[in-house]
Amino acid sequence: MNLVTPDFGLLFWQILTFLCVLIVLSKFAWKPIISGLKEREESIEQALSEAKKAKEEMTSLKADNEKLLAEARKERDKMLAEAQHTASAIIQEAKERSGKEAAALIQIAREEIETSKEAALAELKNYLADTSLHIAEKVIRKNLSTDAAQKDLIQDLIANPSSRN
Amino acid sequence: MKTNILKAKILSLFVALSLGLGLVAKASDEAHATEEKFDISHLIFHHIGDAHEWHFATIGHTHLSIDLPVILYSEDRGLEIFSFANLKKHNELEPQPVYNGYTTDHDGKIVSTEGRSFTNVSITKNVASLFLSVLILFGVFFSIAKSYKNRKGQAPKGIQSFFEPIIVFIRDEIAVPNIGKKHERFLPYLLTVFFFIWINNLLGLLPGGANLTGNIAVTFSLALITLIITVFSGNKDYWMHILWTPGIPMWLRPIMLPVELVGIFSKPFSLMIRLFANITAGHVIILSLLGLTFIFQSWMVGVAATIFSTVMSLLELFVAILQAYVFTLLSAMYFGQAVAEHEHHDDHH
Repeated sequence: MNLVTPDFGLLFWQILTFLCVLIVLSKFAWKPIISGLKEREESIEQALSEAKKAKEEMTSLKADNEKLLAEARKERDKMLAEAQHTASAIIQEAKERSGKEAAALIQIAREEIETSKEAALAELKNYLADTSLHIAEKVIRKNLSTDAAQKDLIQDLIANPSSRN
Repeated sequence: MKTNILKAKILSLFVALSLGLGLVAKASDEAHATEEKFDISHLIFHHIGDAHEWHFATIGHTHLSIDLPVILYSEDRGLEIFSFANLKKHNELEPQPVYNGYTTDHDGKIVSTEGRSFTNVSITKNVASLFLSVLILFGVFFSIAKSYKNRKGQAPKGIQSFFEPIIVFIRDEIAVPNIGKKHERFLPYLLTVFFFIWINNLLGLLPGGANLTGNIAVTFSLALITLIITVFSGNKDYWMHILWTPGIPMWLRPIMLPVELVGIFSKPFSLMIRLFANITAGHVIILSLLGLTFIFQSWMVGVAATIFSTVMSLLELFVAILQAYVFTLLSAMYFGQAVAEHEHHDDHH
């Protein structure tokens, strides 16, 4: 059989068989293989992109967390400062009020002392007046026990009506 | 340690084979001293050609071969199917047997003794080898397809993981870059042609294997299918490019048109010749190297020839996949040209 002349029998079988192989393999082998490959590649790609997305989300979440934390810290600092401020204001106010109250109390005490003093002085005066009247009465009683003395006194009173004592 | 043992084993195998060949040469020298001279070209052409029997080996005078069915079609007798055993000589002295008016000529070709014309569509050695390769292709790729169905989305396993990179390579390195967006339409053909050529190249390298891909009828039909697909998928741009090539002066057109028309056929023609020549040449070289032993009838040549033909066989293993790749790649390029969309003709040329 010649080397470069195609033999009809082989040509016939080759074309027939090859076309059958092509059709059968395309339908039952290449189709599931290619679609399987594609499916797997797509799922891998999807998984990768999802992982990337999750990572990004994690990063943003972390950033968010940090931001939140920083905000919280700031808030806390602010609150603390405010509290301190309020506390000092309260103390200041308390101090002021207590000072005022103390002053008022002192004032009241002073006034009371004054009143008491005055009352005491008045009483003392009255007592002194009573006692001196008493003494005077006794002295007068003793001095005017004689008629002569009574006459002298009347004389004197008539002479100097304005002078008492 | 292990590799050393392996090396030693391979070396001893070499020596045994070489000595064996030398001894066979010597034996044949003694036995057939009076017979006709050793005809190397007959041996080579017998090996690379087609036959009606599948001959594996000859031990002494016993031929280890399978007689293949002969299928003949003629208008007067219709379909005739019989075994080639009917047309075979059982010993050298017997005259050429005649069966139903058919006999064989000196090339082993079936001829009619009455001069009738008929069509020979026998299951020859090449056709049998073709069927064997189809069984292998079906076995391998059906099992792979099954694994893709059963193990959806999972990593490849076993035979699947061996073939998957090759399939992906054909898709991503041959089909996609050369064809582009429309590659999916051509992918089944590219995959089929690649694995068909590769498996048949490998089968041809087996001892006793048929030289299927080194047969012009086979490469012709493969190239023909590539041509048909190219022509039928050619878009307007493709045909315009051939019939009215843009950007060339008017006086060149009468010259360019035949050139372009010849180009349609010269491309698949080169595919046909390239595969045929590469595979046949490889077989011829290996057979010639081994034949040297029998020409020189010396065991020394046998040793050298064995070493050289082993190296050649290793090279042929590479050529087997390379030629499959080249055929697939060029087919993809032709398809790519046929479906390419040229948006700006004048910029392009």
